[in-house]
Amino acid sequence: MLGLELDAVLLARIQFAFTISFHIVFPAFTIGLASWLAVIEGLYLKTGEKRYEDIYRMWVKIFAVCFGMGVVSGVVMSYQFGTNWSVFSDKTGNVIGPLLGYEVLTAFFLEASFLGIMLFGWGRVSKKMHFVSTVIVAVGTLISAFWILSANSWMQTPQGFEIGDDGLLYPTNWIEIIFNPSFPYRFFHMVVAAYLTTAFVVGGVSAYYLWRGRHQKHARIMFAMAMMMAVFVAPVQLLIGHAHGENTMHYQPVKVAAMEGNWERGGNKPLYLFGIPNEETETTDYGVKVPNGASWVLTGQADGEIPGLKDVAKEDRPPVIWVFWSFRVMVGLGMAMILTGVCAAVLFFRKRLFTSRLFQLWCMAMTPSGFIALLAGWFVTEIGRQPYTAYGVIRTSESISPVAAEQVAISLILFIIVYTLIFGAGSYYILKLIGKGPSVKKDKGAYYGHTMEASVTKKLTTKDS
Amino acid sequence: MFDFSTWIDLPLIWGGLIATAVFLYVFLDGFDLGCGILFPFAPSDQCRNKIMNSIAPFWDGNETWLVLGGGGLFAAFPVAYAVLMPALYMPVILMLIGLIFRGVAFEFRFKTDGRDRRYWDIAFHGGSLLAAFMQGMILGNFVQGVTVEGRSFAGGALDWANGFAVVTGIAVIFGYALLGATWLIMKTDKQTQDWARKAARYVVFFVFIGMVIVSISMPFIDPRISDLWFSVPNIFFLLPIPLCTAIAFIMLWRDLHSARECRPFLLSIALFFLAYLGIGISLFPWIVPFSFTVWDAAAASTSQSLLLVGALVFLPIILIYTAYSYYIFRGKSDEHSHY
Ligand code: HDD
Ligand code: HEM
Ligand code: HEM
Repeated sequence: MLGLELDAVLLARIQFAFTISFHIVFPAFTIGLASWLAVIEGLYLKTGEKRYEDIYRMWVKIFAVCFGMGVVSGVVMSYQFGTNWSVFSDKTGNVIGPLLGYEVLTAFFLEASFLGIMLFGWGRVSKKMHFVSTVIVAVGTLISAFWILSANSWMQTPQGFEIGDDGLLYPTNWIEIIFNPSFPYRFFHMVVAAYLTTAFVVGGVSAYYLWRGRHQKHARIMFAMAMMMAVFVAPVQLLIGHAHGENTMHYQPVKVAAMEGNWERGGNKPLYLFGIPNEETETTDYGVKVPNGASWVLTGQADGEIPGLKDVAKEDRPPVIWVFWSFRVMVGLGMAMILTGVCAAVLFFRKRLFTSRLFQLWCMAMTPSGFIALLAGWFVTEIGRQPYTAYGVIRTSESISPVAAEQVAISLILFIIVYTLIFGAGSYYILKLIGKGPSVKKDKGAYYGHTMEASVTKKLTTKDS
Repeated sequence: MFDFSTWIDLPLIWGGLIATAVFLYVFLDGFDLGCGILFPFAPSDQCRNKIMNSIAPFWDGNETWLVLGGGGLFAAFPVAYAVLMPALYMPVILMLIGLIFRGVAFEFRFKTDGRDRRYWDIAFHGGSLLAAFMQGMILGNFVQGVTVEGRSFAGGALDWANGFAVVTGIAVIFGYALLGATWLIMKTDKQTQDWARKAARYVVFFVFIGMVIVSISMPFIDPRISDLWFSVPNIFFLLPIPLCTAIAFIMLWRDLHSARECRPFLLSIALFFLAYLGIGISLFPWIVPFSFTVWDAAAASTSQSLLLVGALVFLPIILIYTAYSYYIFRGKSDEHSHY
């Protein structure tokens, strides 16, 4: 009986982790891409340069595919709170329900409606209005990130509520709830992560064109823009991430201890570049370490005190090795991004930015780096919060729905099959679009074919003849 | 912390708002799911392209009403959400999977031609069918009520699979098909329109049967429902609903044999509205039938107040730009691919 209950919790966690990891990949890319497309279209309107239009049209197709997958996987998320975490929903509904409600009201409708105009509105609305639609979609994705990250951050650092006699949570201060202590850091870190993810995809794709000697003129624009992001924004991410970590040390010390693989609270703690945390012996084995590194990074002093995993009982600790290694993957990739920016700057001053083949190969290899860093980051955050769903308030094991393990197993298998299929097909079409590249042909016929302008001109020309 | 509960009956308002959101979902996504249901029966590929194009700019916005329904329920009636979702676990998951296939089929279909496209046609049709059927099953189970203990669902894993729910599932498929067909009469012309009209004439017959069966069985579900409809003063107040439904059916039937283009769609919406109203009246004030009323299940009044401000400010704006988007894409749909 106990075994079965545990299984239901584990299965629900795996299902949630799987479906949200799948979901977040698409928003991360569409948040960045929407903003970038708005910039590109703005440049097009300002300069009238045809290349911007070609670039826009190429990426807007990729955007549509990703957005579609983001929407369908997102709708799944909004029902999973109830299907799989009903007790959690019941208890915290008063607090995070309104946040999700606001997300729907202020973001989802906006994105969905103006997406239609963005994709199908060419020629039906003025160029300006089309640009405005793109901007609205971009802003919509940011608003959406605002609310959902507020909800998630509240689960990490809950405040502004009281627990009633009935065991439910009641809000006492909305400002404290929405702007909870970890929210600003998480919001900026995530938005920047989304921008970097997009930048490295665009950079990788344009590097591929440069390498193959295709679409040179378009590729240069894209490549230059992507590298600007690497030069200027990747270091910013390091700073935000660092501040985020300091904040976490204050509010979720055990999570930081897991990230650092540190067991005993104290000063002069090393920074592990490599290591294998062992929950049995409560040590981090095979360490390759920088002496005093962790203390120095987190407190600014070599002998600064940092929290240890042994501060809390065994059952209150997260699965250390996952947090520890996910954190290293994220930070490692962040460093690789900064390195990319440095190389780009050096090559730029040597006037070899667009010609260095080695650098092009490197950028192609970096294409998925944003996605991996982003997922790793979420793994740090979410697994590091265990064994709680709302940190220190509700345990994961108490959050689960009264649904039979078999049902969860079936739905999990269904999701894995369906998502694999959809993901495979989606990637295939995206790769095909990338393979095709920006089309410089005057394919106005196909594009404007159905539009009002086109039908008017058609009517006029047929009248003339 | 502001709280409106001293001035107004928040749970009642929220019940009304969620019922409205769900109704908007049902008729808006209903017509595009209906298009998906009828899709493979269209006479040519050209027609199918027209069908797709007539709904492509709208489906996402339409589906968002479902998210509002779910999100609103979570926010305004957490316990109802927490009871209903586990109770309807499988139908909800299957509905979501249907919606996934339906949704991606739009994007993928535009990117392909030839053999591949067939697969996405199947995904589009299958997804729409599955989603519609599961929504019908959810409705069927909802009106029958679920087993509750304390604040949790306490029934069995297969409670949802029952005969009545299958009937409502099938009825919803035909209902959506009617909405889809009449939408297409309005949004297409020539061959596609002729076909849509024929399809509507066929489907409307089954919608009628479905509605009769469901209406007759409703009073047997719970004595409270039969008391409500058949006690003496009530019956006179409520009689207009079946009467209007009958009139709408007759008008629709005649319109489908004439050249009218817009009215059949409006009449189909009216039919849906009347059916929805009938169910709503039968179940009022239950939000989880026969276990929780809107007042029992209400979230903290501060939570309901906060979101009410958002709803009052944003719903009108949403309605305006939704209308704007329908206005931009007014007129007959064509068969060309858009991008
Ligand atoms: C940082 C950003 C972010 C995060 C953490 C999440 N989402 Fe998301 N979500 C978006 C950013 C986003 C987005 C950018 O706004 C999307 C992507 C594609 C789209 O249509 O909007 C979206 C789509 C999207 C949709 C479809 C909206 C529509 O119909 O148009 C729903 C229902 C959700 N999400 C719900 C969730 C839930 C319940 C989450 C957490 C458990 C979640 N999302 C995490
Ligand atoms: C979008 C990026 C996100 C990713 C990649 C992510 C990842 C994860 C992972 C890996 C787990 C499983 C942890 C474990 O079982 O050890 C998890 C659990 C969970 N997350 Fe997130 N998460 C994300 C965002 C969110 C958001 C925005 C919310 C809420 C608003 C949320 C709420 C939850 C809940 C309720 C659980 C289940 C309980 C648990 O196992 O902790 N997550 N998530
Ligand atoms: C460069 C050095 C970086 C540092 C020092 C850093 C630091 C951190 C820390 C400490 C957390 C956990 C916060 C918590 O849960 O309390 C975190 C989470 C996260 N990181 Fe990073 N990060 C870095 C780079 C990156 C990069 C390059 C990306 C993606 C492109 C990224 C994406 C994320 C995401 C998505 C999360 C989860 C959401 C959040 O908690 O903000 N990070 N990061």
